[in-house]
Amino acid sequence: MIYLDNSATTPLHPKVKEVIRDALDLFGNPSSMHSSGRQVRAILKESRKDIADFFNCSPDEIIFTAGASEANNTVLKSSTTCCAFCSDNRGHIITSNIEHPSVLNTLKCLENQHVEVTRIKVNNRGLVDPADVEAAIRPDTVMISIMYVNNEIGTIQPIQEIAEIAKKHNISMHTDAVQAVGKIPIDLQKLPVDFLSMSGHKIYAPKGIGILYKRKTAKNICPLITGGHQENSMRAGTENTLGIIALGEAIRQCKIEMEDNKKRIGQLRDKLENGIKQNLDHVIVNGDPAKRTNNITNISFMNIEGESILLRLDMHGIAVSTGSACSTGSLEPSYVITALEVDPEIAHSSIRFSLSRETTEEDIDKTIEAVTETVTFFRKMSPIV
Amino acid sequence: MDGANWNYSDKVKEHFFHPKNILEIDEKEYNADGMGYVGSPACGDMMKIFIKVKDDRIADLKWQTFGCASAIGSTSMLSVMVTENGGMSLDEAWKLTPEMIIDKLGGLPPNKIHCSVLGDKALREAIKDHFKRTGQEDRIAHDDKSRIICNCMNVTEDDIRMEVLEGVKDLKTLQERTKLGTACGKCIDTAKILVDFYVGKYYTEEIYTGNKK
Repeated sequence: MIYLDNSATTPLHPKVKEVIRDALDLFGNPSSMHSSGRQVRAILKESRKDIADFFNCSPDEIIFTAGASEANNTVLKSSTTCCAFCSDNRGHIITSNIEHPSVLNTLKCLENQHVEVTRIKVNNRGLVDPADVEAAIRPDTVMISIMYVNNEIGTIQPIQEIAEIAKKHNISMHTDAVQAVGKIPIDLQKLPVDFLSMSGHKIYAPKGIGILYKRKTAKNICPLITGGHQENSMRAGTENTLGIIALGEAIRQCKIEMEDNKKRIGQLRDKLENGIKQNLDHVIVNGDPAKRTNNITNISFMNIEGESILLRLDMHGIAVSTGSACSTGSLEPSYVITALEVDPEIAHSSIRFSLSRETTEEDIDKTIEAVTETVTFFRKMSPIV
Repeated sequence: MDGANWNYSDKVKEHFFHPKNILEIDEKEYNADGMGYVGSPACGDMMKIFIKVKDDRIADLKWQTFGCASAIGSTSMLSVMVTENGGMSLDEAWKLTPEMIIDKLGGLPPNKIHCSVLGDKALREAIKDHFKRTGQEDRIAHDDKSRIICNCMNVTEDDIRMEVLEGVKDLKTLQERTKLGTACGKCIDTAKILVDFYVGKYYTEEIYTGNKK
């Protein structure tokens, strides 16, 4: 299997597997006072510290969650309403029209509770203009939430500029950095965001563990999950100890490998893109070709439909994803590709290839060959000339 | 990007990976006796069917599509069904339904049924085209003379008329029942005029309301 769907999820890093195996018998509750608890508490502390070092922030600014969806929900819901019984503090949130569903659908839910939302339209290359964000600010704006890197096309938003605008206007700034962590360096001493979400399973850690970063100086928010005093009372529930241990190791490996991976994966991605363009006409690369992460290319193969391409590539042993409507189970194709102001058929024809540290040159050669066969096969039966 | 609904039957897979009766030569060279065409790439699927007719039976059928695995699988199956055993008579082929194709395929995931109706609709269009070419317009059933209003969902003017007769009185209800205008939305204005027209006709004109003075 040639796995090119790493923006959906990644395999475990071999070192992460090792630390999980070694930790399987560490069952203690980190809140317990006895040695069994203390032992686990010490390892979690180490994980938290290494993660904080990686982002250049303080360990007590790290809140472990079940993933980025939970982190996004926590920030967005508690920045506008304290809890279901609290009606204060409702206001206006600025976001983009290509955010992850965990932001868009959470905001849709908040709109039903009298929170107002402005969705900044990206340009035809999938980028938010910081000037548009500034222009959308109102006296009651409580939060700006813009994703760092888009999950379908890999475009990198000008988060630095947007965060500075937020700071200037004294508005909380949140970024969903799921697809950015491990792909581009993030230094939280330089990037003035108040909140940042990330997920372990996109960086070779297991599913079910993620982080909400909350700057010490950020406005207070209420926990989404209330209960015990875990995570500085910001996220109740006994810690996902194995997950935290694994995520710590994944971050350590990120630190070691990121620069090399970035370069190598970038070369392979370019090779894939060039190879496909060389063999096939009428292919369109979606999103800004320069301002995007090195691991993604999103390509539309004109006149043929994405789900068919995906399933035939699957037959060739290659795993990708598509923005076609047929893959979503609805009649609507990808809202991210459609947001690029292209014809809907471009979205129906789009395929996302996302590479990883495990992708090899041989994988790319085979993929170029399989894509060429697949696209030629379907174009032969396409009624569109 | 949800993979939950990809439980295709082996039959669907077989036809998807090895589709039968694809038109691989130029349309003109094939010289069909009838051609039918439904859907649009903007809606994510489009189907073109070409038939050859001999002794009022389908002697050959070829097709092309911009479509997903369900559309490909079901149209490939359709092409086999109408051409095997000497070919279906035009009357039989006209009555072919998506259910018959889906049954032969061993089922389709529920949210993919929509993709499978393109084949038989395009086939009827092709038969209609043949009737027109051969001066047999009288054989085109009354309810199919109607023009297509919603290309994406294949809703004809007559479908709208029938829906109104069955009690639909506004666009929203029509959309709930037919899915008209829910993909590209280009037909909504026309559909609204038609709903109003038929509501006006059937619910106010005295011959239909029984309120003769």
